[in-house]
Amino acid sequence: MRKAISLLSATAMTLTATSAFAEQCTNEVWNKVMSRDKLVVGVKADYKPWGFRDESGNLVGMEIDMAQSVADAMGVELETVAVQSSNRMQFLEQGKIDLMIATMSDRPDRREIVGIVGPNYYTSGTNILAPKALKFADWEQLRDRPVCGKQGAFYNKIVEERYGAKVVAFGGNAEAKQALRDKKCIAFVYDDSSIVADLSSGNWEAFEMPLKTEDDNPWALAVPKAEQNCVFGNFMSGMQYNWHRDGTLIELEKKWGIQPTAYLQSQKERFADWIK
Amino acid sequence: MIIEAIQEFFREVAVNNPTWNFIFFYEATQWNKVVGGLWMTIQLSVVCVLFSLVIGVVGAGLQGARSAVLRAVVAGYIQFFRNTPPFVQLLFFYFALGQFTPTYSPDGWLEIPIISNVGWAIISLSFFAGAFNVEIFRAGVEAVPKSTQEAAESLGYTRLQIYGHIVFPLALRVSIPALNNNLVNLVKTTTQAFVIAVPELLYQSVTIWNDYPSAQYPMMTFLFFAYLALVGVVVVGMNNWERAMRIPGYGG
Repeated sequence: MRKAISLLSATAMTLTATSAFAEQCTNEVWNKVMSRDKLVVGVKADYKPWGFRDESGNLVGMEIDMAQSVADAMGVELETVAVQSSNRMQFLEQGKIDLMIATMSDRPDRREIVGIVGPNYYTSGTNILAPKALKFADWEQLRDRPVCGKQGAFYNKIVEERYGAKVVAFGGNAEAKQALRDKKCIAFVYDDSSIVADLSSGNWEAFEMPLKTEDDNPWALAVPKAEQNCVFGNFMSGMQYNWHRDGTLIELEKKWGIQPTAYLQSQKERFADWIK
Repeated sequence: MIIEAIQEFFREVAVNNPTWNFIFFYEATQWNKVVGGLWMTIQLSVVCVLFSLVIGVVGAGLQGARSAVLRAVVAGYIQFFRNTPPFVQLLFFYFALGQFTPTYSPDGWLEIPIISNVGWAIISLSFFAGAFNVEIFRAGVEAVPKSTQEAAESLGYTRLQIYGHIVFPLALRVSIPALNNNLVNLVKTTTQAFVIAVPELLYQSVTIWNDYPSAQYPMMTFLFFAYLALVGVVVVGMNNWERAMRIPGYGG
């Protein structure tokens, strides 16, 4: 046992050594993208209208437009790869994608794993999609009742711990929503922005978003951890800064029929140029 | 004392290595998730193995039945369950068939199906593995010499008695190696119950690494070894059984 522990500690130390070494900029991914003339971006395929598949199966949406804008600025081709909430960080870590723009909430523990750079391009909070018939008014009403959720959402745990809801988490949005329609759960806990988009799609007539949005949390795109403070990370900061400043994000929001958020407006003012 | 030392050790590993947070070793909630998931996986495996064996034995028996209808039913069952992926079966059962099963409502809106997601997982996985077991037992039954059956017939055995006392015991011994493979597969297939949110080991592990991104690699490593151990138990058990069932001079 002692031998095993010392072996583990040795491994642990080697690992620490490697991560310290990674502080130096090699710009490996950035250089790879430039030399092969192609940027591979991980996006959502089940999060309308940020990332979804159109009728011919192509990935489209607000975040795909953002990815295109990045590729254009780098002067390379864009390739999009569909990722899920529960595997998007691994895709980036393993080098299967170069950049991740996948509706990810910016959380401290996620910053340890992937290279998150500001300013955050969007924000959303937690709410529920619930049948009007149940007349929810308070989060407390979820206590001890089955609530559908999606694997990978950080607030599943919060809703369980804070309000004692019994979260049944499915792998995808479609399954979770189907379970709600089948009345297997009383509500679907999700991002308020996505719920609003669903409600306005006209497919959820008998449903509403009844509660006060909680835990408003900015979204983040991410570059590989090693490139956070190098060319790629700084470049993405610049992209986001300009998207806010020139109103690109507000335009995209309008283009994709997303309810305008106060956040984007305030960021536009915050980053406004002092020379008009 | 030892437990505390282990907890302390893994806490330290997590501090030094942000991507190697074995959180379930030192946090009670996560530990309970892992134990709960493991228990659910074991329950699913045991129940499905038992049901699939029963289905296999009965199915193989019915394949030799006089009634053409019964034989057709078994053949249809095998085609249906063997030729569709278990993943698709789980979705189909839980979502599509789930619509038509009786429900009860605790609050006037919810419609909780009488057959829960765990229930559907057991049904689907048992029938899936059972379809293979029928074929495996059939191969065993066919390996029993016709003359042995005729000898039993001449002694006045009924069809059922021949199957129960003569054919099946011999067929079973021929079938064990193939059965071994199928049951190993069944234990591994329980992970697919994830798709209908059955809180088995994979579901709980994914939940943990979603809540704690730093626990991703540890959970994946743990999963790998957990299934290695679970399947190892099945293999060792089956091998012992095979040895215990051996009849000198019969089979390998």
